[in-house]
Formats: sequence, structure tokens, C-alpha cells
Amino acid sequence: MESTKTIRVLIAKPGLDGHDRGAKVIARALRDAGMEVIYTGLRQTPEQIVEAAIQEDVDVIGLSILSGAHNVLFPRIMELLKEKGAQDILVIGGGVIPHDDIPFLKQCGIAEIFTPGTPISTIVEFIKNNVRI
Amino acid sequence: MFDKESLNRIQEEKKRWEETTVKKTVAKAPERYEKFYTGSNIEVDRLYTPLDVQNIDYINDLGFPGEYPFTRGIQPTMYRGRFWTMRQYAGFGTAEESNERYKYLLSQGQTGLSVAFDLPTQIGYDSDHPLAQGEVGKVGVAIDSLEDMEILFNGIPLDQVSTSMTINAPASILLAMYIAVAEKQGVSSDKLSGTIQNDILKEYVARGTYIFPPEPSMRLITNIFEFCSKHVPKWNTISISGYHIREAGATAVQEVAFTLANGIAYVEAAIKAGLDVDEFAPRLSFFFNAHNDLLEEVAKFRAARRLWAKIMKERFKAKDPRSMMLRFHTQTAGSTLTAQQPDNNIVRVTIQALAAVLGGTQSLHTNSRDEALALPTEDSVRIALRTQQIIAYESGVTETIDPLAGSYYIEYLTDTIEKKAMEYIQKIDELGGAPKAIEKGYMQQEIQDSAYRYQQEIESGRRIVVGVNKFQIEEEPPKNLLKVNPEVEKVQRRKLENLRARRDNIAVKNALSILEEKAKTNENLMPYILDCVKTYATLGEICDTLRKVFGEYKATVTF
Repeated sequence: MESTKTIRVLIAKPGLDGHDRGAKVIARALRDAGMEVIYTGLRQTPEQIVEAAIQEDVDVIGLSILSGAHNVLFPRIMELLKEKGAQDILVIGGGVIPHDDIPFLKQCGIAEIFTPGTPISTIVEFIKNNVRI
Repeated sequence: MFDKESLNRIQEEKKRWEETTVKKTVAKAPERYEKFYTGSNIEVDRLYTPLDVQNIDYINDLGFPGEYPFTRGIQPTMYRGRFWTMRQYAGFGTAEESNERYKYLLSQGQTGLSVAFDLPTQIGYDSDHPLAQGEVGKVGVAIDSLEDMEILFNGIPLDQVSTSMTINAPASILLAMYIAVAEKQGVSSDKLSGTIQNDILKEYVARGTYIFPPEPSMRLITNIFEFCSKHVPKWNTISISGYHIREAGATAVQEVAFTLANGIAYVEAAIKAGLDVDEFAPRLSFFFNAHNDLLEEVAKFRAARRLWAKIMKERFKAKDPRSMMLRFHTQTAGSTLTAQQPDNNIVRVTIQALAAVLGGTQSLHTNSRDEALALPTEDSVRIALRTQQIIAYESGVTETIDPLAGSYYIEYLTDTIEKKAMEYIQKIDELGGAPKAIEKGYMQQEIQDSAYRYQQEIESGRRIVVGVNKFQIEEEPPKNLLKVNPEVEKVQRRKLENLRARRDNIAVKNALSILEEKAKTNENLMPYILDCVKTYATLGEICDTLRKVFGEYKATVTF
């Protein structure tokens, strides 16, 4: 049965890169798909992202990174979520992320990594099928 | 360019052609779409004729290369004299590793250097800052102090290469380091040639590596203009960049409009600071994107040149023709590269590079096939450089100047892009100029809307990306991507620790406190920054000193 609760999503930019075209396009597309979306803006530390997620009571965190720091920052975010007892939040990621790094990131608890060229409909479907609300 | 009588005849004949020949064909085989558009959504007609260019005056609107309004090129002989500078943007890991890559590129026939800095360097953090974690050496080389800069250019004679540095908020500091390294090589600053990007406005709009608020940032920029006009006369003091604006999703028209609007703001700031326009304007340079729509891009470069020339002459009353010349670097569009079937990117880059050359660029970076996945490998970079060399030496497009001029379509598009860009600039003027328009989020919103429309066109299939939403194949993930050594961060931290133990810390402290005092006055800060750098004060220490006085920029977030 389809839940009637509106899905709440935090789109976050960890790391220092300023490329947020993708993050903004996704944020808007998810909003158009009926979700409530908050976008953090640039240069967010893992601590800031986790705090925002908990404060805003989101169901999903979408991480966007193009700087290459994903192997350091994504695991840190997952660690902090666990510490705060917020493991039920669905975390997905995207950006310039080499294929070889994906198994490690999934092992850390990231549900899926979407690389360049992914249709937005794929991401919307994934969220709807995997969100825990 | 055509007399009234022939225009009338052409009009009649065109009408006849449409109602007979075309009509018959379309009835049997309809066109692929009802309407056609350029890559930036300018509507495109089936056919262009003299009717579409009837208002163009050859002498006034096109003129001759090397002369106002520079539509056909800024040099009298263009590539018949010398090719554009082939300049591949590179840098990763430590200064030692990047130094090796530069020497390799120079040995392969590259003619200028282009330094990529890592993000902590671009945002003014040392490698041991908590925010630098995971970022050190990733998207460029890590530079913490003059020591790293000495290693970066070790064995490269700075009086013989021109060096472009993609650095913005801390541009004054990196330029000071470059001058200091040259001095140690025995090269005086008046012999140095190169470019610093130094374009903070587009950082607020599109690229994101800002540090200070607009006002002190603009002051640092005009300080550099003034300092260089006296001491580093061959240096391009700014590279006013549309590249990142386009990458963020802008159309070709928006790229031209917002870049030139930012350019206007810098000129106004420098004039307000008391500089004479012809004293600094000849050293302004530009940086544009080369996207997929070949003919639209060629028209874009021509339109930008003509529009800037008019702005400088009419609005700012420049007298020196060099102040009116829009000199520009081009990079092929990174955002068009696909992670799928990466070898296809070689073909995309070729088309984009051709647009830049047909558009009269002064220097060019061609992207490598694997850059949607990681930093490029040496093999990929070589293919990208060879692409430029094949265009230069084999394609023949370099043998005559501005070869597409006179094409009805190209001239129509050049005109259209110029007009539409001018409308945007007027709108920005009404908002109080570029800094105000940026503060209100105007440019950002326009760009986001274009980016979203572009994505929706891909989703709906109206815009085809080969290998992504058509002609897909099952493929193995690519092998042999460049991996930045994860030890870089540790190496840089250790270097910093050693440096701080070894240098004259009293001299560092003194230089920094003088800088802090001077930052509170209206004095030009360049000489004091140069003093700091020479004591081996770190980039982070210098930026922190300025942060104390200037504060930090806080962006407003919209999507």
C-alpha cells in the first residue's frame, strides 16, 4: 500500500566543491515529484549535514559531491547517523564517483550511488521503493 | 550588403520555394520536429538567406581583423601568424607530482602551463585545516606556502613560459608566491607572463570558491590591477569567466551576458578606485566555454567580441584599441562529457575545440575522455592535446581568418546572440549592476531555470545525448582511472609541521600583523601580501588574517 505521508528529503553538498548544478536539478525534480525538499547549500561538514537531517526530520539524504573526497566524507556521515540513532534515514549519493569506489561506499551503508547520466526518474523510483516511512 | 531590388526578389523566390518545392516534400516526409532550436534554445529556421542579414553593415558590424569592433578576430593575421596557445589545465597531488606532469606536457609540445589548485588552496585553508580533510591534492595541487610553489615550478624557467592559474579569492597570494619564485630564479616581475583567474563575481554566481564578501573582494581585485600595471605589465590580471556560468547550466546568451555584465562591474570598480581605463583594460582577459552546438558557439564568440568592444568604447570611453579587444581562453564543456562510452567524449571535444578555433580563441584547453569519471590519465590528456594539434596542423581551418563569416546563419546568430545578451545586460543595469543582481539571486535563478529545462529535455528525449538516452550499450566499468595518492594529505601536513618549526616565526608574525593593519586602511595590499609570502607565512595564515578584517561571504541558497 502506498503511504500518504509526504517524503522529506535533504539534498546536501559535503566537501568543498562548488558544483551544485546537479544538486539543484535533483532538488527541483524531487520537489516536482511531490516530495518536500531542503537543500543545504555548499561546503557542509558531515556534522552539519547530520544535524540538519535530524532537525528537519527527513526520510532521505541525497549527497552530491564532485571533489573526490567521497571516500572520507560519506563514511563519516554514516557513522554520525548511527551515533545519533538515525540509521533509518535512506542515504543516497551522486557525483563524479569512480565505479571502483562504489562497493566500499555501499558497505558503509549508502543505499545507492547514482553516477552522471542517471535519469531522474530512476532516482525518484528508487526513493519511493526504498524509503522507510 | 544587398540592394533592395535583389532582396525583394529573394523574398519572392523564397516564398515560392516554400509554397511549392518545400510543401511537396513536407507533405510526403514531414520534418523531424515542428520547430528546431540551437543547443541554447534559440529557434532555428529551415534556411537562412540574405534576408536575415540585410541590416548588417559590413564595415561597422564586421570590419577587419585586428580592428574595431573585432568581430572577425583581435589579431590582424590570427592563426596565420601563430596558433592559439595550447594550454591543458593540470595539477593534482603534491607539488612534486604536478611539476612532473607539467614537464611532461611541455615536452609533448604544449605551449603554456595552466595550474589547477586543490579546493583547500582555492578557499584559503592549509592542508591541515579540519575542512581540508579528504580534499588535499584531489582536484588540483596542494599549495600551502612559498615552499610548495618553489617545488611546483622547479626547473621551469618562468621567463620562458606563460602560466595561467585558476585561483580566485586568494589570487593575490598565489600571484605574490609566483613573483617570489621568479625572483629566486633571477627573473624580474616585468618579464612574467600569465593569467590569474581572479574573477570573484562568477564564484558567487556559479563556481562557489569564494571567501570574503563582495566589497573587500573587489578591493583585492583592483589592488591587483593597479599593482600589475606598474610591476607585472605583461600579466593578465583577471580572466572574466563565462565557463563556469555555462557549466552551471546557462545558455550561450546567458554566458555572454553575465560574463560581460561581470566585466562591466570590474571596470567600474577600477575606475572608482581611481585608475584610468586604458591603464588596466588592456590586461583584462576572458574565459569561455565551448559547447556542443558548433555554429551557435562560433557565433557566440564573435558576438562577445563585438559587444565588449562596443561597451568599452561607448560606455567607458576607452581610447586604446587594446582596451576594446576581448581576448579569451576557451575550455571545452566538461558538463557534456558522459560517463557512458567515454571514448565518445573524444569526438565531442573535437567538435567543441573546432568551435573555439573557428571562433578565434587565443588559448584552448581540451578536456580528456575520462573526466566524467575522475581526473584524466596521462594517456587521455595526450589524446586531448593531439586533438588540438590535429585541428591546428591538419584541418586547414587555420589558414584564413574567421572562415565562417558571411554565412547567413552565422551572421544572423551572431547578431541575435549579441542583441539578446544586451537585453540581459540592460536588465542587470536596472537591478543596479552585476554585484547587486547577484546579491538578489537574479543570475543564479536564470541559470538554474536553464539547467532544469536542459535536464527535462534530456528526460523527455527531446534532447539526445548519445550513449546516455539513446544508443546505450552494456559496458564494463572503465579501468585505469587516475587515483590521487591518499598519502598526499599526510605528506602536506608533515611539510607544514616542518616549515612552521624551521621558519622565522617572528618575521611571519610581524608581516601578518602589518597586513592586518593595512587591510583596515585603503592602501594597496599587494606589497604587504608579497612580504608575508616571502617570510613563508602559509596561505591559510594569510587568508585568516584577512578573514579577521573582511569577514566571510554567506551565500543565499535557492533552487
